[in-house]
Amino acid sequence: MEKNDKTTGTVSGIIANLVVVDIYGPVGQNEICYIAHNEERLMAEVIKVTGKQAYVQVFESTRGLRPGSKVEFEGHMLEVTLGPGMLSRNYDGLQNDLDKMDGVFLKRGEYTDPLDRKKKWNFKPIASKGDEVVAGDWLGEVEENGMPHRIMVPFKLEGTYKIKSIAKEGEYTVDDEIAVIEDNNGDTISVNMVQKWPVKVPIKTYKEKPRPFKLLETGVRCIDTLNPITEGGTGFIPGPFGTGKTVLQHAISKQAEADIVIMAACGERANEVVEIFKEFPELDDPRTGKKLIERTTIIANTSNMPVAAREASVYTAMTLAEYYRSMGLKVLLMADSTSRWAQALREMSNRLEELPGPDAFPMDLSAIISNFYSRAGFVYLNNGKTGSITFIGTVSPAGGNLKEPVTENTRKAARCFYGLSQDRADSKRYPAIDPIDSYSKYLEYPELQKTLGESLDEHWLDNVLKSKDVLLRGKEANEQINILGDDGVPIDFHERFWKAELIDFVILQQDAFDKVDASTPLKRQKYMLEKVLGIVDTDFEFRHFEEVGDFFKRIINQFKQMNYSEFESDKFKGFEKELDEMLKEHAVEEKKKEEEAV
Amino acid sequence: MKSQAFQKVYTKLNNITKATVSLTAKNVGYDEMAVVNGRMAQVVKIVGDQVVLQVFSGTEGIPTDAEITFLGNPPQIKVSDELSGRFFNAYGDPIDGGPDIEGEIREIGGPSVNPVRREQPSQLIATGIAGIDLNNSLVSGQKIPFFADSDQPYNQVMANVALRAKADKIILGGMGLSNDDYLYFKQVFDNAGALDRIISFVNTTEDPPVERLLVPDMALTAAEYFAVDKNESVLVLLTDMTLFADALSIVSNRMDQIPSKDSMPGSLYSDLAKIYEKAVQFPTGGSITIVAVTTLSGGDITHAIPDNTGYITEGQLFLRRDTDIGKVIVDPFRSLSRLKQLVIGKQTREDHPQVMNAAVRLYADAASARTKLENGFDLTDYDERTLDFAKDYSEKLLAIDVNVDTDTMLDIAWKLFSTYFSKAEVGIKKELVDKYWKK
Repeated sequence: MEKNDKTTGTVSGIIANLVVVDIYGPVGQNEICYIAHNEERLMAEVIKVTGKQAYVQVFESTRGLRPGSKVEFEGHMLEVTLGPGMLSRNYDGLQNDLDKMDGVFLKRGEYTDPLDRKKKWNFKPIASKGDEVVAGDWLGEVEENGMPHRIMVPFKLEGTYKIKSIAKEGEYTVDDEIAVIEDNNGDTISVNMVQKWPVKVPIKTYKEKPRPFKLLETGVRCIDTLNPITEGGTGFIPGPFGTGKTVLQHAISKQAEADIVIMAACGERANEVVEIFKEFPELDDPRTGKKLIERTTIIANTSNMPVAAREASVYTAMTLAEYYRSMGLKVLLMADSTSRWAQALREMSNRLEELPGPDAFPMDLSAIISNFYSRAGFVYLNNGKTGSITFIGTVSPAGGNLKEPVTENTRKAARCFYGLSQDRADSKRYPAIDPIDSYSKYLEYPELQKTLGESLDEHWLDNVLKSKDVLLRGKEANEQINILGDDGVPIDFHERFWKAELIDFVILQQDAFDKVDASTPLKRQKYMLEKVLGIVDTDFEFRHFEEVGDFFKRIINQFKQMNYSEFESDKFKGFEKELDEMLKEHAVEEKKKEEEAV
Repeated sequence: MKSQAFQKVYTKLNNITKATVSLTAKNVGYDEMAVVNGRMAQVVKIVGDQVVLQVFSGTEGIPTDAEITFLGNPPQIKVSDELSGRFFNAYGDPIDGGPDIEGEIREIGGPSVNPVRREQPSQLIATGIAGIDLNNSLVSGQKIPFFADSDQPYNQVMANVALRAKADKIILGGMGLSNDDYLYFKQVFDNAGALDRIISFVNTTEDPPVERLLVPDMALTAAEYFAVDKNESVLVLLTDMTLFADALSIVSNRMDQIPSKDSMPGSLYSDLAKIYEKAVQFPTGGSITIVAVTTLSGGDITHAIPDNTGYITEGQLFLRRDTDIGKVIVDPFRSLSRLKQLVIGKQTREDHPQVMNAAVRLYADAASARTKLENGFDLTDYDERTLDFAKDYSEKLLAIDVNVDTDTMLDIAWKLFSTYFSKAEVGIKKELVDKYWKK
């Protein structure tokens, strides 16, 4: 789509941010154009062409725009600029550096450079003269916030190239030439540290994309223990408002064992983004000891920012993730919320007067969502190294109804489902992930089962499945109790219910605002699960159903104190000892022993 | 909002619908204001030289030879200190018989604040109402609506919150406000001697509904003036946003747009977000806090208006009549303040977060006990105690007529815990229990 003469046009119609342009030359679908309005240049994207007219969606407010305004088409689709210096940046949905903008208010038509052109980077060559390379191969690396940032052969190049020269180790700006490569015809290309890539096209410079097989630790017990997500896995978190989607997303992004975290705040509250701006520079990354912000890039297109840029923001974020994955890094991509993205699609589809699908969403919503989720994944690069994008999106179902189009279509695409339940949120059981309805398809993967068996132990999977059964049985018992009454059921039912409550309170519920409880390492999760299941397996003896609840409430309280204490600290052990004493009160075997002693 | 200079006058309309007129005109900007036979109108669509105008007060009686002048600018408001204590209509013209305002002209519905220039909200707004301060603390720069059925006293509670909130300015945006409610606000503010720090933009039920669409932007542009230029803390009250959204759906319907859920326009989320996201804490000290009202129909929060609002605002406050105590309470289950984490236990006492959660959990146990009771089952001793606790909790803390400081609220809660429960049943961190448990 590259062309030398830019096509021009003039504005002939305006309906909100949809502008009709009379065109005087060829234009491409999704081509970027700029509309001249007084001193400002407003960026827009072609979304439909009919005859001599192009329909463009403007990434800005169109207030005051007049017919007759000049339009210039750029000859390329919406692109991002990729290079070192993107970490700890705050971008808008079009990758403008928000910190470089003047003033408190966003100015229309102000576009800022995502990279620092003056900063010098210490470049170290990896490849050498004469090497044959293809797109995505590593030429060298610089250090970005302590992380190796590989400088790659531009993704846009096709075929094989030979390195004609490569820069020596030294200080270079991103625009300095670091290599010259030559194709079969002897034509040379100068390569620097910057490259551009259209956001809607996946970067596919890897060799192979296997099924994910390795658990990605998040420190959130009801994810890691019960429904784990994998490196390169996909998951989504649907939940009505107020059920803790964002708190959960923030918790995951703080704690997950990823090299890079990219957060796309897509059409959500500005104050939530501010929370990340303010907190992440303060918080330590438990794995590297550096500040969290150093491994994080934020794409902020909040709900009051232009709608068309909101749609672009998730693609921008995904493209950045793919770029870092090509360097062999573990990337975690979070998008909050993909429903707002779908709504942006709906607004535009509506203005284009397309025939609507369910709930007025565009008919191809399902395909758009699936395509997007499929860009995540674990990959083997051409040099045998690995990289991954783990993608977790939130969904904000209209009216809390999980049958609405965005949730339904995401369910088809994502492999983990973390459904947040209003009931759990109402009774402050956080994180409100429904333990019965939620699932991780990865648990069924023999690949993951194998690595879990190796890293934890061979019984781990059985224990996980067992806790799920206990939870389900507890729910059934509770239903029976509610129907038949407390004394209408055998005491056994109460025990079953309370054993499920035990798992719920000790394993599932977690205080995201408590220093210790907020993140639980896998080793501790294993210890706690085994401890809890030990109690589940114990036979207890009760005379009356009221005893059951009283007893378990005390046990739960004891466990909670343990959860609030540093693992294996004296305090932790003290609570545990008291707990063990407590358990003897009703344990059948203990009683037998006592009787025998007598 | 009057024509400022000589303008070309058009005298031929091509089309007239219930809400819009269209004419052939050149060099017209999108969103520009116009006057059609003395009625205010705004450009909503331009196709070639055909310009479609939305006439705010409807097109009844407009002839095809109506006089149309374009004002050359989007809707505007004049801002200055003179705004204080005054009442305006949706166009920013005085309705209190006072003189016109002199001041700087600002476009309404201006650009958004750059998110990196925002400050994290951090100032607790104390209201004395425990249902709010204890369970759902408000923070400056927050946006939060009351979700209430039309028969609940939301305007009264809102007026109370406004007066106790210690804001430098209170800006009331009234949309479809009944004349009685308008007079109520006027009187309450007057009685409190607060009239000089209150500015009102009011569209009453007597005014055309579509005019309402301008009210929030008018109120918020005035708010931005005081918050940015004067570094003041501004509290904006918007009542009733459901009527605002209804006006949006009327317009979109007349523009032949395909309706999405509940006949609302597909852009409802963005439209509401543009308003609510004006709530902000500026680094220079000024802030805009929005307290709004979204009326529900029969408590249904799955309707598109409350549903979209809930996803935008930082929580919501539910009012409910508690028949056990015969008072209106702030419902602890469905109410939520998302920003409370920024202040509770930090600007308030350390035990605040855990006390709050424990009390609500016990209140939830009482709700299950009540269900049991209604189903005709025997209650356990624990069930009985939760029910007694719930009644006391409702009366002493949740009722909207409570007016005490936060420490007292916490002390009351501890007292209730020790009256009805054992330490293990309350399940609070041991250090806090040791320190605060009332013997």
